[in-house]
Amino acid sequence: MNMQQEPIFGTTIFDGEQAMKGYALNKMCFSFNDKAARDEFVVDEEAYFGKFNLTEVQKQAVREKNILGMIEAGGNIYYLAKLAGIYGLSVQDCGAQQTGMTTEEFKQKLLEAGE
Amino acid sequence: MAEIIGGLTSSHIPAIGNAIANGLQDDPYWKPFFDGFPPIRNWLGEKKPDVAIMIYNDHGLNFFLDKMPTFAIGAAHEYHNADEGWGIPVMPPFQGDAKMSWHIIEQMIEQEFDITSCQEVKVDHGFTVPIQLFWPDRGPDMPMVIPVCANTVQHPIPTMKRCFDFGKALGKAVRSYPENKRVVVLGTGGLSHQLDGARAGFINREFDKMCMEKIVSAPEELTKISRHELIKQAGAQGSEFIMWMMMRGALPANVTALHENYHIPISNTGAGTMLLECQ
Repeated sequence: MNMQQEPIFGTTIFDGEQAMKGYALNKMCFSFNDKAARDEFVVDEEAYFGKFNLTEVQKQAVREKNILGMIEAGGNIYYLAKLAGIYGLSVQDCGAQQTGMTTEEFKQKLLEAGE
Repeated sequence: MAEIIGGLTSSHIPAIGNAIANGLQDDPYWKPFFDGFPPIRNWLGEKKPDVAIMIYNDHGLNFFLDKMPTFAIGAAHEYHNADEGWGIPVMPPFQGDAKMSWHIIEQMIEQEFDITSCQEVKVDHGFTVPIQLFWPDRGPDMPMVIPVCANTVQHPIPTMKRCFDFGKALGKAVRSYPENKRVVVLGTGGLSHQLDGARAGFINREFDKMCMEKIVSAPEELTKISRHELIKQAGAQGSEFIMWMMMRGALPANVTALHENYHIPISNTGAGTMLLECQ
């Protein structure tokens, strides 16, 4: 991807720079494929952050369940989805949070795209 | 000799796996999507392919950012699904045609596509959901599988042209296999959708329909679309369309679109389903 390209609204290209920035956060999320890891995280988030050396910015975004903040901190949506799963957030819940809507409004917007 | 008899496309959204697990096929939200499959299942029931080449992308079940192959091909007798972390049921293992896999791997590298061979690879919803849609009972007609995994996670992802060319090399590799096998190639994922960022929920019907039209009769034209343009027009995860291009490249120039279906929305996605029969 040529990074000199014009930006696309509301879209972060997950390139090498993002991948380096988000490595610890994404690695933590990748671990959540295992149920034991998810359970461990739920018991003590802070201790679990430490195992993966999350940056303070990444920790804060996760504490706040702030998806745009996680993306800004290098999170990749495919890995973040596993964290969202722990919190019981669907992709519509995540979409709603990122676009400042309620989940119902976000679902309505998707339905309207089909009309 | 092996023969490619057709190409299939399908979205591979995890919510589809949940809908199947909950028996929602006739629910008003889901019906227009699931109705796109019986004609293709009938065709598969009639043609009975021996092997299905499943082109998909891993979503963080098998591959992590520590090592991210651009193109990987499974070379195992059996492939396992596993817990992805958010609750779709884990499916029983899939039988692989390892012998044909190795032939394809050798022939791809001979043609200078330096792919990654995988004797162990966990297959995620990108692989399992299309199988559930096309072979829901996984009965005696269920073909053996060969997973082909493309990187859509970590940019730079391969270009549309490279993916189309990959498909051409794949097709040539399959057709040089000495055993009489009937093969279908599945291009999964897409169509337009975006899960992340302030543009989450983006869907582009016009672009999707254009892609579904051109992929039949003028796929070369689609190779001119840059990755940046693809993301702009199809959304960040709409870039999964590159796997449709890989599928199409494996088919001959002339194909007949026997069936197609397009529906918005399935979860956050414009869902496209196609059956392309080789002429």
